Amino acid sequence: MRRTAITGIGVVAPGGTVRKEFWDLLTEGRTATRRLSFFDPTQFRSQIAAECDFDPAAAGLTPQEIARNDRFVQFALAAATEAVADSGLELGRDGADSADAADAGGPVVAVSMGSAVGATTRLEDEYVVASDSGRDWLVDPVYASSFLYHALVPSCLATEVACRFSAHGPAHVVSTGCTSGIDAVGYGHQLIADGEADIVIAGATDAPLSPISIACFDAIRATSARNDDPEHASRPFDASRDGFVMGEGSAVLILEELEHARARGAHVYCEITGYAARSNAFHMTGLKADGLDMAEAISDALRQGRTDPTRVGYVNAHGSGTKQNDRHETAAFKKSLGPHAYDVPVSSIKSMVGHSLGAIGAIEIAACALAIENRVVPPTANWSSRDPECDLDYVPNIAREYDVDVALSVGSGFGGFQSAIVLDRGRGDR
Amino acid sequence: MSATRAGLRPVITGIGAVTPSGIGTEEHWRSTLRGELRVGPIASFDASRYATTLAGEVTGFDPADHIGGRIILQTDRWTWLGMAATGFALTDAAYDPAAHDPYATSVVFGAGSGGNDFGQRELQRLWSRGRQAVSVYQSIAWFYAATTGQTSIQHGVKGPSGVVVSDGAGGLDSLAQARRTIRRGTPVVLAGGAEAGLTPYALTCQITGGRLSTSREPHGGYKPFDREAGGHVPAEGGATLVVEDPASAAARGAPRVYAEIAGYAATHDAHHHRDPSPDPRWYAEAMRRALADARLTPADVDVIFADGAGSRDLDELEARAIHTAFGAHAERVPVTAPQGLTGRMCAGGSALAAVNAVLSIRDGVIPAVGNLDDPAPEYRLDLVRVPRETPVRVAMVNARGYGGFNSSLILRAVDPATTDGGTR
Repeated sequence: MRRTAITGIGVVAPGGTVRKEFWDLLTEGRTATRRLSFFDPTQFRSQIAAECDFDPAAAGLTPQEIARNDRFVQFALAAATEAVADSGLELGRDGADSADAADAGGPVVAVSMGSAVGATTRLEDEYVVASDSGRDWLVDPVYASSFLYHALVPSCLATEVACRFSAHGPAHVVSTGCTSGIDAVGYGHQLIADGEADIVIAGATDAPLSPISIACFDAIRATSARNDDPEHASRPFDASRDGFVMGEGSAVLILEELEHARARGAHVYCEITGYAARSNAFHMTGLKADGLDMAEAISDALRQGRTDPTRVGYVNAHGSGTKQNDRHETAAFKKSLGPHAYDVPVSSIKSMVGHSLGAIGAIEIAACALAIENRVVPPTANWSSRDPECDLDYVPNIAREYDVDVALSVGSGFGGFQSAIVLDRGRGDR
Repeated sequence: MSATRAGLRPVITGIGAVTPSGIGTEEHWRSTLRGELRVGPIASFDASRYATTLAGEVTGFDPADHIGGRIILQTDRWTWLGMAATGFALTDAAYDPAAHDPYATSVVFGAGSGGNDFGQRELQRLWSRGRQAVSVYQSIAWFYAATTGQTSIQHGVKGPSGVVVSDGAGGLDSLAQARRTIRRGTPVVLAGGAEAGLTPYALTCQITGGRLSTSREPHGGYKPFDREAGGHVPAEGGATLVVEDPASAAARGAPRVYAEIAGYAATHDAHHHRDPSPDPRWYAEAMRRALADARLTPADVDVIFADGAGSRDLDELEARAIHTAFGAHAERVPVTAPQGLTGRMCAGGSALAAVNAVLSIRDGVIPAVGNLDDPAPEYRLDLVRVPRETPVRVAMVNARGYGGFNSSLILRAVDPATTDGGTR
């Protein structure tokens, strides 16, 4: 049986555009939500976001990589570069582990990257010019820039990552809305388990902070309107929550077949022992309070690794900060973990880094791996008042030293997608 | 770890297509075999100011024939086409997901550019009238997961569902993810893809990719493997396949088992953000690995459904890739690309190619390369010029995606007498 190890982590997140800064933010319980600064948000109902202070050139991107790519790809290239360096693999044009050597029986390197909304920001920016601010349905092609096809189909993300690291194995983007990150990593895990790849550059990225994204969530009142207090606007599981705070960012993980990692003496953060998805077949945006389908996904993911629910030492909740979500998944945890749900720390890092749509699933997996590595559970910031229907241990406000052997991360998204992934420190056989 | 049944070969038990050649599989197939060119001047808007004015449009399509009115309001044309194709496929398979355990069925589609018409309309509303004018359905209509999500809701499907994006290879990659899903225990997966990118803004974006034909004359538009090939014509449409665990198909008495997914592999050129590698070895490698996965050799292949990009450089690369993978068999194997009749529909196009291959196996006929007048002899391929009646046991379906994606799928006829539950 082929097992999947995580051997590298890279993160670009609000409040911390490298892995260490990200982890410091989480463990200090600081929040990176603020008034939107990328454009004037005055007309919008929600004027808050978790923005990345990101400099693509400082992150090592070339001028052409910056010019042709939307921000969502730029984040991913930066995070992937950090993850590859962290893994110690020599991937790239001249790297010793480059899949250019695959003819000689080298490892197959795959790319499985998620994104919910792709190059929305660039598509909108260019649309505004080509349509003269919405005046013309027949947009003027003279104003179109050279790289719009690159923006139109989000598979450009997988291409850019594959090119940068000479990854010649299977490559794809997974775009299942807000579960894209978990699903992209989960598909990467499947590629290793099934022998389709030996190494997978897996993760997710989104940079949705553009007027159309803010407007479309405004229209359904899904986002927080706590505009007078942006730093405390993302309040998962708190009784006074009023919606999610949109974020942006990326995380990339190096997934590696365990024996391959061992053979080269790689540092193994943890293993992925289970991944499962279900749909609720109920509503594109609505959730049933029973949490049944998320519970099914969790139970399946635990079963795959023969993980007894009582071994789960940390649950990274979807915790978007909407009332229906918080109740839905609280029910799902009780159904899938039984009485242990009351004993296990549950937290939502969206309280600090916001909800970066498809990216957040990968960012949360990175947080889980770091929680196992550092034996610290990140908190749920901004928690001050109990919702009687959310009665679990949400790790309010202060990180907790805790010996986590198994971490569970879940996601829930528009379209009815429910996903769960299980990380395991291992069983003393490393 | 999960009990993954590594050798299991899922079967195709239903197919559905909505294309410029027809609304419904048989209409599409009849038109394809007749060689009817369905490329023409864009009719849905005035395209005269754009460098590309030709497209393959699905005409006479009324979403109300296929989807409820409430869902029509919430969704883009891309989703309508995908849901209509899915309806045809389910009818063909005599399979109603709602009559089974909801977790027994999944939806995994390849997506391309998402909900273009809906998205452009809402961008226009936002920028000309302000945020109050934006539809409450924008957040669920244009994003790449819309068709998968709506399909799961319409049919009450709760199994592991997904969306893969790999440009033109996405339809085949969805079938690969369907296979992984079935091997993990979900009996039935709806797979395939659709595309509807014929709006002014989406067309503008596609033109910047540099691969579109600028011909104003339908016959001159998209000519795979022709000496006059000069780019492709965009098209809308797509296809859905019902992919099934053979044990499930047998247990429920599925009316037809068209073929099995015998092999699959994908590679990426990892060469350049736009252009494929001038060295075709990674494309050839996808074909080789797919054959190895199927435990077949080039001698076993009865037809190749080619990517047929329709430009001289890409067609030449594809020919070299086939020669690299097939060696001495390259000149013997019939090669076709009927999509010359319709234009290219991104992920929907490779899903449709798989359906065309299934139909070839069913009917023992290989459709001709679409809109081919003057085959380039230097490719040294047996390009099918008129429909060829011949038994088809093994079909290879190849697809490439912009930026360097290469996918290869092997479909094989299933002999009822030797069906053994699909594990060999």
